[in-house]
Amino acid sequence: MDIFLQQIVNGLVQGSIYALVALGYTMVYGIMGLINFAHGEVVMIGTLVTITVAGSLINAGMPVALAGMAGLGASMLICMALGWGLERIAYRPLRNAPRLTPLITAIGMSIVLQNLAMMIWGRNYLTFPPLLPKVNFELAGAHFTAIQVFIVVVSGATMAGLLALIYRTKLGMAMRATAQNPAVASLMGVNINRVIAAAFVIGSALGALAGVMVGTYYEIAHYQMGFMLGLKAFTAAVLGGIGNLAGAMLGGVLLGIIEALGAGYIGDLTGGFLGSHYQDIFAFIVLIVVLMFKPSGLFGEKTGDRA
Amino acid sequence: MHAKLSIVALSIVAAFAFSACGQKEEPKPVAAPGAPAAKPEVVVKLGHVAPMTGPQAHLGKDNENGAVLAVEELNAKGLEIGGAKIKFQLLAEDDAADPKQGAIVAQKLVDAKVNGVIGHLNSGTTIPASKLYVDAGIPQISGSATNPKYTQQGFKTAFRVMANDVQQGKVLGEFAAKQGVKTVAVVDDRTAYGQGLADEFKKAAEAAGLKVVATEYTNDKATDFKAILTKIKSTKAELVFYGGMDAQGGPMAKQMKELGIKAKFLGGDGVCTPEFMKLGGEAAEGNYCSLPGMPLEKLAKGPEFKERFTKKFNADIQLYSPYVYDAVMVMADAMKRADSVESAKFLPAIGQTKYDGVTALIEFDAQGDLKGGAISIYQYKGGKLEYVETLGGTPVDVAKAEVKDAVAEVKDAAKAVAGAAAAVGKEVAAEAKDVAKSATEAGKDAVKAGAEAVKNAADATKAAVEKK
Repeated sequence: MDIFLQQIVNGLVQGSIYALVALGYTMVYGIMGLINFAHGEVVMIGTLVTITVAGSLINAGMPVALAGMAGLGASMLICMALGWGLERIAYRPLRNAPRLTPLITAIGMSIVLQNLAMMIWGRNYLTFPPLLPKVNFELAGAHFTAIQVFIVVVSGATMAGLLALIYRTKLGMAMRATAQNPAVASLMGVNINRVIAAAFVIGSALGALAGVMVGTYYEIAHYQMGFMLGLKAFTAAVLGGIGNLAGAMLGGVLLGIIEALGAGYIGDLTGGFLGSHYQDIFAFIVLIVVLMFKPSGLFGEKTGDRA
Repeated sequence: MHAKLSIVALSIVAAFAFSACGQKEEPKPVAAPGAPAAKPEVVVKLGHVAPMTGPQAHLGKDNENGAVLAVEELNAKGLEIGGAKIKFQLLAEDDAADPKQGAIVAQKLVDAKVNGVIGHLNSGTTIPASKLYVDAGIPQISGSATNPKYTQQGFKTAFRVMANDVQQGKVLGEFAAKQGVKTVAVVDDRTAYGQGLADEFKKAAEAAGLKVVATEYTNDKATDFKAILTKIKSTKAELVFYGGMDAQGGPMAKQMKELGIKAKFLGGDGVCTPEFMKLGGEAAEGNYCSLPGMPLEKLAKGPEFKERFTKKFNADIQLYSPYVYDAVMVMADAMKRADSVESAKFLPAIGQTKYDGVTALIEFDAQGDLKGGAISIYQYKGGKLEYVETLGGTPVDVAKAEVKDAVAEVKDAAKAVAGAAAAVGKEVAAEAKDVAKSATEAGKDAVKAGAEAVKNAADATKAAVEKK
């Protein structure tokens, strides 16, 4: 039983990270129907910028907490600029192009960013400075750390904040309007360009936050870390219903838990026929099953031509 | 008609141009008759393959550095083979540690008609690539592919300058048994290397009386191991063996600690790196790993190689670069002995190699494996890899290292003796001074006494004379 509980904890933390990254995918998709495959790379750049900024500030003698905040701030700003730049340079010129074109551009941008990061930060693994004290808790046989609690709490709070933004502010209303019908929204005086740019900027800021969390959790970073993370988060977004914020959150957490339980129990369930190396496969089995039976996801509305 | 004319005109112009060129070239040898006739220079293309992108890019770069250093040194030395000056050219390729990519770049090297191939880094890419090389008759020496299958395929072009996983797994299994643990969990990354090493370890551990209580798997790109570690925790294994590379091993050791697993961590050459300790942090401390061969410091040419390497690249040796360096040297050595750079001609010479390299005295068995490769055990201690012991291997190598140790000890002893002698000498000198002083004084006294005696005698004589 304590093993089961531990696996749930493992999955919940992993899932919260997926959820935070998935929010970036789902926001952009919801507004302009584009799957921004470069989003995983934005997360990666967020992590690497934090390492550089926080690491050098800690080396310069700044208190860890302060340096961590500075690192987070810097990475959010840089990622926001990056998100804005991506939209302006890579996607805006293709707004009226066939759907496949921006998708391929997104994959291209992902490769560009990966190689750019490799040139700046090198090929080696980088160690993330320990920003949070290492405190271990034990509850009913399950071990967890302060970092894990922090990740779950922050990602929940971020989610709540984002929902408030979308449903309680003017910008949020403009976003929802654009999502429903860009042409009509623009006739009603909504500046479409600004709304789409805002979606990219906010999504990228969330990506930076997720990047910092991944960094503090695993304490390593690498220029290719964003690729798999991005794919999993995309799966989470589809599972929850892409375009739906609450769905992305739920999808992320669910996916994390499915993966943890899958890796933990598949060997026993199949009598050793399938082993724990099928962990990553669960994410994609889930993706296939969802696409086959409920393409709109758990919370997705039937948007017809959109989904 | 016009077209014909212009063609004729063109060809005439061309003929003029060529003849003009020829005339210009002609005087050259005449101009410098005294200078030695320049020997023809032959470019020998060596392929090198390692992952330059992806999670193992740091190891790939390290390998490439080893090859670059060897090639530069060979070119600086200016080898002559078959009457021609040899210039080695390194064609470095990236296989991203991916077997598919490995085969693609291998084909690329075959098409480029390389004379020989150094690599690949991973067993998983080396094995499929070796088929392409054998078909093309291109000799291949890997400095790091340790899976036994690589040389068991019966390919006459496949060699390696590192002990294979059968040897390493066996030593690790026996070492684990010596650690006083009863139950072990085995994790591997499902690559040819990781799986091969883990399987050999399992065999050896079971033969040594250990019980394998869990077998779990991950992949060579993973960062999260909590799910499998949680499962291992429930089996209460006392030691976790990982067959895989440092990029996963380090975080795995760290996550073990976070989950409150107190088991020891043990791994092979893939985790025996400074990178592992950087990634594992405190969790690495006190655990063990193994590396084929002997530690560089204990080898005759080791420390000097290390110096050259760090000076050239301003980077520490990560793992396999000394082996890759030796692989290049072995190939060049075979070309020299065969007096040919043609693959078919120098290939048999590789099999007869007897080369005193940086990492070992390199000789191959009939399969292309390194003869009697030694395995050394290391411990992660204070952020450094500390040498513990060497197991297996030819007695010669081990004896050589022991002799080197003994020589060092004798040197130390001699130093100590010299020091002691110097101290003793000083004391002796001081004493001698005292002795001399007292002797002088005694002499003075004696002289005085003598003088007195003489005086007395004179007086006595005087008296006697006066008496007469």
